[in-house]
Amino acid sequence: MEAKLKSIIEKHGKDAGRLMDILHDVQCEFGHIPCDAVKIVSKILNISKVDVEQTISFYHFFSTSPVGKNTIYLNDSVVANFMGREEIAKAFEKEAGCSLGNVSKDGMFGLFNTACIGMNDQEPAALVNGIVFTQLTASKVKDIVAGLKAGKKAKELVKSFGDGANASELVKSMVNNNIKKKGQVIFSEYATGSALQKLINKTPEDIINEIKASNIKGRGGAGFPTGMKWDFCRKAQGAEKYVICNADEGEPGTFKDRVLLTEIPQRVFEGMAVAGYAIGAKQGILYLRNEYLYLNAHLEKTLEDLKKKNLLGKNILGKQGFDFDVRIQLGAGAYICGEESGLIESAEGKRGEPRNRPPFPAQKGYLNKPTVVNNVETLASVIRIIEKGSEWYKSIGTKDSSGTKVLSISGDCKNPGVYEIEWGMTIKEMLDMCVAENVQAVQVAGPSGRLINEKEFSRKIANEDLATGGSMIVIGKQRNILKDVVKNFTEFFIDESCGSCVPCRALNPVLLQKLEKVISGKATSKDIDEMTRLGKMMKELNRCGLGQTAANPVLTSIENFRNKYEELIKIKEEQSVYEFDMNGAVKESCEMVGRKA
Amino acid sequence: MAEKIKFKIDGKECSGEAGQFIIDAAAECGVFIPFLCHMKGIVPAGSCRVCTVKVNGRPMAACTTPVGNDIQNASIENATPQLEEMRKTIIELLFVEGNHFCPTCEKSGNCELQALAYRYKMMVPQFSYNFPLKKLDALTPKLFIDRNRCILCKKCIRSIKDKDNKSYFAFNKRGAKLEIHVDHEMAPSMNDELAQKAMDNCPVGAILKKEKGFEIPIGKRKFDKKPIGSDIEK
Repeated sequence: MEAKLKSIIEKHGKDAGRLMDILHDVQCEFGHIPCDAVKIVSKILNISKVDVEQTISFYHFFSTSPVGKNTIYLNDSVVANFMGREEIAKAFEKEAGCSLGNVSKDGMFGLFNTACIGMNDQEPAALVNGIVFTQLTASKVKDIVAGLKAGKKAKELVKSFGDGANASELVKSMVNNNIKKKGQVIFSEYATGSALQKLINKTPEDIINEIKASNIKGRGGAGFPTGMKWDFCRKAQGAEKYVICNADEGEPGTFKDRVLLTEIPQRVFEGMAVAGYAIGAKQGILYLRNEYLYLNAHLEKTLEDLKKKNLLGKNILGKQGFDFDVRIQLGAGAYICGEESGLIESAEGKRGEPRNRPPFPAQKGYLNKPTVVNNVETLASVIRIIEKGSEWYKSIGTKDSSGTKVLSISGDCKNPGVYEIEWGMTIKEMLDMCVAENVQAVQVAGPSGRLINEKEFSRKIANEDLATGGSMIVIGKQRNILKDVVKNFTEFFIDESCGSCVPCRALNPVLLQKLEKVISGKATSKDIDEMTRLGKMMKELNRCGLGQTAANPVLTSIENFRNKYEELIKIKEEQSVYEFDMNGAVKESCEMVGRKA
Repeated sequence: MAEKIKFKIDGKECSGEAGQFIIDAAAECGVFIPFLCHMKGIVPAGSCRVCTVKVNGRPMAACTTPVGNDIQNASIENATPQLEEMRKTIIELLFVEGNHFCPTCEKSGNCELQALAYRYKMMVPQFSYNFPLKKLDALTPKLFIDRNRCILCKKCIRSIKDKDNKSYFAFNKRGAKLEIHVDHEMAPSMNDELAQKAMDNCPVGAILKKEKGFEIPIGKRKFDKKPIGSDIEK
């Protein structure tokens, strides 16, 4: 074991900062990360054992105990449940011979739940040994498990391939792109390298000014002006700077970055090179969520091709001193790593705990050097701005939101998939576009966003109105808002909290308790007011975006679906002063001694 | 010396040096901003959130926000009813999240959580107790780790290191399952002095030094004599 570990660690330059890569390789080698391996890794890297363990235990896909020869992660997102996940879960449990969260007795199968894997438009879906299986049925599950039992590899069980590059040699996945609407920026013709060709005759300041003039805002959800971010980073002290592409697409219900990385990865990398030129960085990192591991070889090949064309590497397109290279950093299952400073921590081999601000990443980011973190879609848009100019870009969209937005639409509609729209489209138009009828609600921008009812369907999708990173979940009238939606989202935030801030760690479970109390018919109207009061504290007290928005499912559902809560209130306030059910608690003892309760 | 940056906390004139954290600058001006995870001189954690203040209306942790030019002439809210209510809520959350039985705790009277609970006149937490099962760790020679009382402030992680700057303590897991771990490989090398420091730095009774107890009798302990913050408040 020691020799194997030594070679793994040496492959990664004996660098504790590459702990994530080391742990991935160790897990790949042994199936899990054995306790003895942890000891040896910590010794060779000269860090404490608890430091290695704190990273391992932070990530969903790392394990110090065996997770089965075949490991199955079944998606547990709201939409997966809409699409019949329960039946699939039962089928897996039956066929694999173990219940969810466990490993079968013979060690052949490990069956686990996992948060949204970015396949909401083709649910129910699962990851089997890292391979994505979509639109599962009970009979497909039977075939998959039988195949694995017969010793086949998960990849061999993929019978047909998805559309576009999903069928290409290095992907060969059954995942579908489902591109339903192409817009003028992202899904339109573009000759790779056009932006770089233009850029080499301009100064970095020119580029930043062009991006600033385009008024483009970050496409990940936070909506920070990209040009300003670049400018801060360019002006920050330090010779060494970094560009990070955030491909940790973890917001439940979003999957558009997956499609961009499948179809136009070369444009994303070119966007990174443009950012590198603008801020003065020579190194880029694409942080890829582990759920998209199946795209890794495809992305590596794209990087190789770009280097061959001299669109990456040294003296890009012959411009002396314009060097830029990209490495891919794999995540390991943590929603919080989509938060830019959590992502940076993770890329440094640590727990993905968001940092305190200031300093901002543009001042002190990766390895404490000035760093720009941009979303996949932002980078893919940037090259079009350089190619066609900021005026062209601003002519698309609204006055305050220029350009297009790629939406991931899923849930109760006929045509789930990826749509590139112009900013300014109303929710009503969006629902017609994806053919959704009998709509009760739309979850705009995922769980951290806003649950809206009919009254808001005339609102516009735009930074100045309903901002979104792209996740749009359509919720039909047949769904139970509290049980099917709000509860799932709240549990999601509890699972994904890093736990650092007390309010996020301890208050969200309280909100869940109260929500369950409402659902079980034991709450009073005071509980609803309490949930609002406490939920608002989450916004004010927590450090990062996750904590600040984790109460949004509760808060926005109370705001827009208060009637759903009130329908369940059966106890009047004065009848229930205490949460504790005294009679229930002493019932058994009363019966034993023969006393009437 | 550089010119001091001036600001107001709840109307009181204060000042601090650029780069100093608001919480420390405030203390020097006689304003107590309550906290649990702060420790002057070590990297801030900003995790307990008790020291949340409002700088020009914006909530910020006073232990991680440096005094800078943007603070010049700022108006900072500290002891407003809204902030005090949120602080009390955090204290109560910590009580129900763990198992805190003050009467039998070695740290009673020296415990910052207990002292803040008194400050905020907590009688019974507004939340129901979780009574979680927590694993204890008595496997190191010098220390006893009682996770029932741990409030996950990271003080031990940040301040207790060996000569090579390796950490004796680290977090494990995440979210509601988060817990503190001590390194069993390194722990035998810990000397008495460092073990005592670990216990002293712990704001609660989660890290206790073995083979010693109740040296100072109840009634004569730090907060028995002076309520928390009284040494700062002017």
